[in-house]
Amino acid sequence: MEINNFVFVLLSLITLLCAMGVVLVKNPIHSGLYLVLTMFSIAGHYVLLSAQFVAVVNVIVYAGAVMVLLLFVMMLLNLNKENEPLKSFKVKMLGALVSGMLLVSMVAMYKVKMTTQSMAGIPISKDFGYVKPLGNLLFTKYVFPFELSSILFLAAIVGAVFLGNRNKIEQ
Amino acid sequence: MDLLGFENYLWLCTALFCIGALGVLIRRNVIILLMCIELMLNAANLLFIAFSYKWNNMDGHIFVFFSMLVAAAEVAVGLALIVLIFRKYRTTDIRMFDKLKG
Repeated sequence: MEINNFVFVLLSLITLLCAMGVVLVKNPIHSGLYLVLTMFSIAGHYVLLSAQFVAVVNVIVYAGAVMVLLLFVMMLLNLNKENEPLKSFKVKMLGALVSGMLLVSMVAMYKVKMTTQSMAGIPISKDFGYVKPLGNLLFTKYVFPFELSSILFLAAIVGAVFLGNRNKIEQ
Repeated sequence: MDLLGFENYLWLCTALFCIGALGVLIRRNVIILLMCIELMLNAANLLFIAFSYKWNNMDGHIFVFFSMLVAAAEVAVGLALIVLIFRKYRTTDIRMFDKLKG
């Protein structure tokens, strides 16, 4: 179990440092690359929590599709350090204060509400995180939201194509 | 995880969420804002997975799937809007988004 703890600490450090990188680095491309690293370390966390399939999907969907889309648009628009819109120092300090207060209040809330009994937990079953129980759940208990999500995707596709082709349609 | 305690996932996810919120508050580039929203969504996802491990209940994995779905759809439409705004105003400043009508 010690190796698990070591991996957890390492992955957490990578996750938090790369997340800070996303927020604080001035060049948008570098932010995107830091976000890719964050996604990979979160996938590592998923593997540690024996959610292997979700980890793979996370890498494919986030680190693959979404980040490629974001980086592609950044390169298409030729964004770099020079034309990066920045906020003033005062606004930045206020933002840091607000998010720090959010962090403190959330931690305090957990500290008040959490007891050793409420965090006891249950030992995991043998096939936890495998594709089969996941598919069983997805196509029985959650089949209606699954179908609804296809409608959501259709709407997203139509919206994206319509917005992308707007000039042609107006002409 | 047994020695280290499950609470560490709570602290990690809270910190990740607050970093995302910080990014939304201090940045002006819309693409960075989208990425910070992704960070916050991922903090929630990680907590879902951690709790489903804790309670031996795979429903959390399904929730993570749906949240990934919504995030992918959101990014697709959001980037189309960003490209349109950039074509018109030559900037990705969030303040230009008050020009949207409809």
